[in-house]
Amino acid sequence: MKKKELLKVTGLSKSFGGVKAVDNVSFTLYEGESIGVIGPNGSGKSTLINLITGFLKPDSGTVIYQGKDITGIAPYKAVNLGIARSFQMVRPFYNMEAYKNLIVPLYSPRVKKQLKGGSYGDRDEIAIQLLEDVGFERESQIPYKITGSLPHGYLKRLELARCLCLEPHLVVLDELFSGMSMSEVASTVPILERIIDEGRNMIMIEHRIRELFRIVNKIICLNFGRKIAEGTPEEVMQMKEVKEAYLGSEGESIA
Amino acid sequence: MKAGYRKERIDRGIKARADDIFAISSYREILYLMGPRLLAVVGLLLFPLFKDITGAYWQTVGFIACIIALLTLSWNFLFSVGLVSLGQAFFFGIGAYFTGYFNHTCGLAPLFSIPLATVCGAVLCTILIFPVLRLRGIYFALITFALPLFLMRIIEATGYLGGTEGISGLQRLPSLTFSVYITVVLVLAVTFIFLRLFDTDYGLVLRAIHDNDMSVLAGGLSVQWYKAQAVFLAALPATFAGALMTHHYRVVGMPAFAVEYSLLPLTAAVVGGTGTFAGGVLGALILVPVSEMLRAFGTLRIVMYGMMLILFVVGLPEGIYRFGQRKYFQFERIVPLEEKEK
Amino acid sequence: MIESMLVFGLVNSAVLMLISLGFSLTFGLSGVANFSHGGIYLLAGYLAFFLFRTLGLPYFIAVIITVIVTALLGATIYKLVVIRVRGIALNEVIATFAIGISILELFRWLGFITYEFSLPYMLRGRLTLIETTLDYQRLLIILVAFLLAVFLWVFTHRTRIGLALLGMAQDEYTALSVGIDSDWAATYSFALGGAFAAIAAVMILPLGIININIGYEVLLIALAVTVLGGLESTKGLILGCIILGYAQIFTSTFFAPHWKEAVYLAAILIVLAVKPSGLLGKFKELEERV
Repeated sequence: MKKKELLKVTGLSKSFGGVKAVDNVSFTLYEGESIGVIGPNGSGKSTLINLITGFLKPDSGTVIYQGKDITGIAPYKAVNLGIARSFQMVRPFYNMEAYKNLIVPLYSPRVKKQLKGGSYGDRDEIAIQLLEDVGFERESQIPYKITGSLPHGYLKRLELARCLCLEPHLVVLDELFSGMSMSEVASTVPILERIIDEGRNMIMIEHRIRELFRIVNKIICLNFGRKIAEGTPEEVMQMKEVKEAYLGSEGESIA
Repeated sequence: MKAGYRKERIDRGIKARADDIFAISSYREILYLMGPRLLAVVGLLLFPLFKDITGAYWQTVGFIACIIALLTLSWNFLFSVGLVSLGQAFFFGIGAYFTGYFNHTCGLAPLFSIPLATVCGAVLCTILIFPVLRLRGIYFALITFALPLFLMRIIEATGYLGGTEGISGLQRLPSLTFSVYITVVLVLAVTFIFLRLFDTDYGLVLRAIHDNDMSVLAGGLSVQWYKAQAVFLAALPATFAGALMTHHYRVVGMPAFAVEYSLLPLTAAVVGGTGTFAGGVLGALILVPVSEMLRAFGTLRIVMYGMMLILFVVGLPEGIYRFGQRKYFQFERIVPLEEKEK
Repeated sequence: MIESMLVFGLVNSAVLMLISLGFSLTFGLSGVANFSHGGIYLLAGYLAFFLFRTLGLPYFIAVIITVIVTALLGATIYKLVVIRVRGIALNEVIATFAIGISILELFRWLGFITYEFSLPYMLRGRLTLIETTLDYQRLLIILVAFLLAVFLWVFTHRTRIGLALLGMAQDEYTALSVGIDSDWAATYSFALGGAFAAIAAVMILPLGIININIGYEVLLIALAVTVLGGLESTKGLILGCIILGYAQIFTSTFFAPHWKEAVYLAAILIVLAVKPSGLLGKFKELEERV
């Protein structure tokens, strides 16, 4: 059976004032696959995601999603095509109750139609339900607290919940696990696995390699904006370039 | 405050319980909660009836205060979406010129020209401001500051719409009492509608733009489009104010874009508390009569508004409304520091 | 006619440039849009008039005192008011706007609305340049605008203070962490903005009479130019001045002088609609730092 292309990125480049943040990156995500993006800090992972989701306009290259050219599309249009993203630095609405945060994405054209009861459906109930799905305790006061007073781990999961609100076909997570405690990570991994089981695709930037390998089935490694490796997790970890990128080259370690 | 002591604030308790309906148990509590609001609403509604006591002059002052209150409501609406307007005169002037044009050139009666000018004006304002809404930060403030001045210059230079002379001889409104009543009712209605609107999910989206527009984008909503809707909604009371004022004075000219119509709502909003609709109205209702009393000082009043703005922005950024609210709902007392540790 | 249009377009561009340099400088270096720019400009004009005409000081000394006083005023505005609302962009705008309007309207109240206020030319005489007669004052304006732009570039790229300010503007937290005092830097930028406004005032005001509405006009010009060129780009500023300067001369020659005003508005609206970051702006708005 031939695999169907979901997202095809070709020759994507972006530079900030002479620094090439992303340099000629190409990869293809097939339907039913999940990709993990790894690389040292400053290797252009977040920029790559911003380019795909429309938050930045690429200097050159194309992004094809479901056979449609979405290069440099407005971010909200990308969302309505089914690409939802989370931010590395959490960006909740600090002055609202936690569950109210989800009302905004639930208001988007993509979800409005699917809502039970049409555009007048009960968003609050759905929001609470979604928060429970990502691990907010339903019976506690936490979903009703002002967002600014929540601990960071909850904010990260709120980001995830916001993505799920949008009924996405492609979930793009930017370092979801950073800032979470070990137990929080452990409880979030099954949620991500379930998301994939539901037939959604995922692109994940992550530094926690062990958890990442449990979730995704393909890895891309970036260094200095260039793609240096691509393959299954096991293959990639054996590659010399990847080890060098993370640990420094042999020459450096001797010197 | 003496060393070793601290100020303690205690909620009076009624407000906390009254967030749900079941909590209200006695008429005293109901009165405590509703009193200030009731006083304001009834006071405003009764004001036009005391025409003989206050005299026509103070009725007119009340009318102008309500006009400014409408502009302030509009300002606060924009602020709630994260847009700071330095030129409410822009909305005001456009409403004024539209009704002048409709009444003078098309011969429409005020009954039709005012609503038509309100809607057309709001549409035109939204179109002119639309390009800026893609941008964050101070761009909106820049453009709202610049637009009324530019429009004034263009009208002056080209001589369209009466040029420097303006359009005069417009139809009058039935009576002063009518004008006062219609503005009072509108101020109350608009306050109520805006408060309600911001409680709905739609209002939540607007508030979210103020909070964090990137997240709204990531939530699949076009920030520019929602901001445009907000500008349209906020422009409605302002253009109406301009249109009504025009028919009240029966003339429209370049003073409709005067800096006073920008500065007064801004000051009223800051004094009352930015982002609070009731606070803005309160600010306008205090500021306009005070400024009428200071009429003898001429343009020095504008300097005073400026000073007041700086004073409040620096000294009491929450504004008198939130300040008063806090005092009303909380006890304050001085307690020794050790008490807590026991 | 073409020659005179070229020459006067250049003069006009230089005037716009002088006016907007101070505003753009303060914004570029401290990130605060100083809406009191127009007020400071006008104040400088009246101060120079007062020192020269009323106190009878030599004109050169009057100019120097004016520049120093307005620089101090700029620093004071920052130290007294802006510092307390720093970081809340909306309150910064409101506060500086209030200061600007207060200065302008104070002069109106004090009665500075008659036609007696004007400054003398710094240099008398004129010369004929490619069939166009040009007086020395206008020539001087071009020269000073050029010199100030050069000075600004050298200052921000070659001197320690300038580099510190530039670093501050690019990334405040990084600059703080390498030991640059944010408030000190911003005070400097406000003082420089004030001084530039004063220089512009004493150069340009001799061409006409001093009047209150000039204060508003100056702010409009500064806004139009910076929006056109891009808020954080010096090259954009120069380009914006040249485009606007020539566009104005063209419209007033080929259409009618009173359409001159419409050029600003049209320029702002078109630029914002087509390329909202300005001609050479970098559009930082939608960037997430990597």
